[in-house]
Amino acid sequence: MPQMTIAGHDVAVDDEGFMTEYDQWTEDIGTALASQIGIEMTEDHWRAIKFLREDYSEQGETPTIRRVSTAGGIPTKQLFQLFPKKPAKKMAYIAGLPKPVGCV
Amino acid sequence: MTNPDDTPVMVPDFGDADTDRKICFICSKGTLDMAYPALIMANGALGEGVETHLFFTFWGMDMISKKTQDKLKFTILGNPATHMPQGLGGVPGMTAMATRMMKKQIADLDVPEVPEFLSLLHDMGAQLWACKMSVDMMDLTREDLIDEVEDIINVSDFIELSDGAQIIFV
Repeated sequence: MPQMTIAGHDVAVDDEGFMTEYDQWTEDIGTALASQIGIEMTEDHWRAIKFLREDYSEQGETPTIRRVSTAGGIPTKQLFQLFPKKPAKKMAYIAGLPKPVGCV
Repeated sequence: MTNPDDTPVMVPDFGDADTDRKICFICSKGTLDMAYPALIMANGALGEGVETHLFFTFWGMDMISKKTQDKLKFTILGNPATHMPQGLGGVPGMTAMATRMMKKQIADLDVPEVPEFLSLLHDMGAQLWACKMSVDMMDLTREDLIDEVEDIINVSDFIELSDGAQIIFV
């Protein structure tokens, strides 16, 4: 399993760079991962990322865009503004979670 | 110990550089089960940042007509993949029951119904187009179609707008 150092922490990642250990994630790491993909975190970004983290710990899988909007209460349109082009994967990357597996 | 200098941060390829991929779905069916394939694939394409168009033609007009879009039905008639005796399909009330069952299965997966799905796709940036000949044939006007439809276009318009796109006929 590859390792990388980000925001001063050693973390385990998969071959693409998605973190693989839920408990290694911190908000500092989230901020640093976001800046790697050109996203500056705002309160709205954090709302989405925190929902992803909570939902993952309850459901055991990364929520899809649809679920972030219906269960997390953040409109789809806004998710595309906050995390342009590929919101589901970008959110998962910043939240230190695997890519979502659901189709919708 | 890992030396920060030796481990560059790995960043997944989010494909931000490729912006020219484009997908067009042709939606030609008006049954509940055949409405979904394009909607689900379009949703996936938009989530991957791909420019996505949906062109509605023939029976597919039922998906974007205000009067019909929430009344699409599923029938076991002529569909042996339901594994039901085909004779059952003609029994009164069977289509309504099959439709209810399918809608429940879809809702259980938290997949939206057709009208909400189309509006969701529109919010995600999909462009919806209606076929001119179908509009004329079915005596429809722009007002009969949902607001999310960009325009009524003819085949040559569609061929033009789908230039360089991957086209999927459903």
